[in-house]
Amino acid sequence: MPLLEIKSLGINFGGLRAVNKFDLEIETGEIVGVIGPNGAGKTTIFNMLSGYYAPTDGTITFKGKLMNGLKPFQVAQQGIARTFQNIRLFPEISVLDNVRIGFHPRAGYNLVDSILHTPRFMAKEAELTDRALDILATLGLEDRADIKANGLPYGAQRRLEIARALALQPDLLLLDEPAAGMNPAEVGQMVDLVRFVKEKFDLTVLLIEHQMGLVMPICDRLVVVDFGEIIASGLPQEIRDNPKVLEAYLGRRAVA
Amino acid sequence: MDKNKQIILALVSVLVLYAVLEALMMIGILGPYWQEIMRYAMVVAIGALGLSIIYGFTGQFSLGHAAFVGIGAYAAGLFNLTFRHYGIPAFLGSLVVGAVVAGLVGYLIGVPILRLKSDYLGIATLGFGFIVTNGLQNADKLIPALGGARGMTGIPQVQSFGWYYALVLIVVILVRNFVFSTHGRACTAIRENETAANVVGVSPARTKIMAFTMGCALAGLGGALYAHNIPFLHPDSFNFLESINYLIVVVLGGLGSLTGTVITAVGWAFIMEVLRMVLGPLYDFRGVIYAIILVVVIIVRPQGVFGGIEASFLVPQIKRRKAHAAAGD
Repeated sequence: MPLLEIKSLGINFGGLRAVNKFDLEIETGEIVGVIGPNGAGKTTIFNMLSGYYAPTDGTITFKGKLMNGLKPFQVAQQGIARTFQNIRLFPEISVLDNVRIGFHPRAGYNLVDSILHTPRFMAKEAELTDRALDILATLGLEDRADIKANGLPYGAQRRLEIARALALQPDLLLLDEPAAGMNPAEVGQMVDLVRFVKEKFDLTVLLIEHQMGLVMPICDRLVVVDFGEIIASGLPQEIRDNPKVLEAYLGRRAVA
Repeated sequence: MDKNKQIILALVSVLVLYAVLEALMMIGILGPYWQEIMRYAMVVAIGALGLSIIYGFTGQFSLGHAAFVGIGAYAAGLFNLTFRHYGIPAFLGSLVVGAVVAGLVGYLIGVPILRLKSDYLGIATLGFGFIVTNGLQNADKLIPALGGARGMTGIPQVQSFGWYYALVLIVVILVRNFVFSTHGRACTAIRENETAANVVGVSPARTKIMAFTMGCALAGLGGALYAHNIPFLHPDSFNFLESINYLIVVVLGGLGSLTGTVITAVGWAFIMEVLRMVLGPLYDFRGVIYAIILVVVIIVRPQGVFGGIEASFLVPQIKRRKAHAAAGD
């Protein structure tokens, strides 16, 4: 059984068909990339996967469970974590707390424990703090645990968003343009980072990206979307040489 | 300084402060008039801590906080008058009643109105505040003991400052515990970025309702104390202007700072009295002075006087394990 099974997914915004008949199966442990020109509907697909948009038709099945109709926080609780194209951290709180919030669904203590700081609270809180610091150390942010998230430089903010997603202990990680706004050297670091966290945390990764420098080296498979429909899918090398893809990116005349 | 030492020092200071205040009361420097104001300051502190949870930590704008203080005050008063018990157990019982009734009402109206955002939520809570004051003004038609527009009298008074002081301490500790927990972090996450809160599995609806209910329950607790401090309850004591007072305290103190909220609440209660004395017949113009204070603070320190500052003994220490090889980068 695939970890994630998307069947004939579609969504209308008024009269606009933003995504049409989108099919995708992802096996546990894969890194799959969704690429396509601006406005192709990639982020819309992500927003449906994470519960922000309700699909007009089609189904999303995750770990054998139908995900249609779940709210975003419920999707997160099921084990799908995501990052955003435009970083969305909790800016005014510490780097550490940004990660500790990720443990919220599995904190292991209730409101009464919180208010009274019971022994159970103390034990579980110490444990999740340790694990949050571990994650920060893994992403090279441990020494900045105490500063506010908005005090971090751009690249570190991207990593913190990934750290926060990891705290959720997800099975599937959705990365929305993780290398947006990065220079080639930083893209290279992001490639290493995605590979590294994927191995270390036993993840399956679905990512949207424009930067071929990120997509080509790490993705097992690619899906190309244009005008809301899949126009090609396959191994990265196959995609690179596919005339339909070149056409979508560069226009017809450039190919001809 | 070592964390334990800090906490012990804080506890000692709190006790010393209490002893000094009691001593000043005993030798008469702080007469009955000032004692009433000191108790009132404690009421404001508890109510403001409630609003601090709702607005300061969770970012939900409420313009009707005093209505919940009023609900707590009237509920506690009615409890005492109905059961005609005037001892300490009845006093404590009425505090529980005030907090529970206000919390329950907060929960019931929170469920529908917390779907609204910022300004709209402000208008809904404002409307609720007017409903409560109007309701209380006519409440004697249903329950004569509530007194309606004539006000409610006969509630047994509890004048020992120790109770008020102790309750503020307990509330500060409990609210601090809440704030530094995953539930408190969920509130802050909602304030900071609701979309991002969702992706870490925080339910916005549940978190907002939890915060609002707790904040209203604290308002009710403050109200119940109010009922035992001032022998006359009137709907106008819990009107829109009072709600604005609580809001000013929380904003001036600094959103998300418990230290700031408590200090500003106490300070505010005294500033109002000082203004009453200084302005004399011009006391009705106090609103102008509030506005000036607020404008000046917002220009000079937009984050509030104590914004981003928390007394360090309130902040739990983060214990790091020793041998930790930093990986990555």
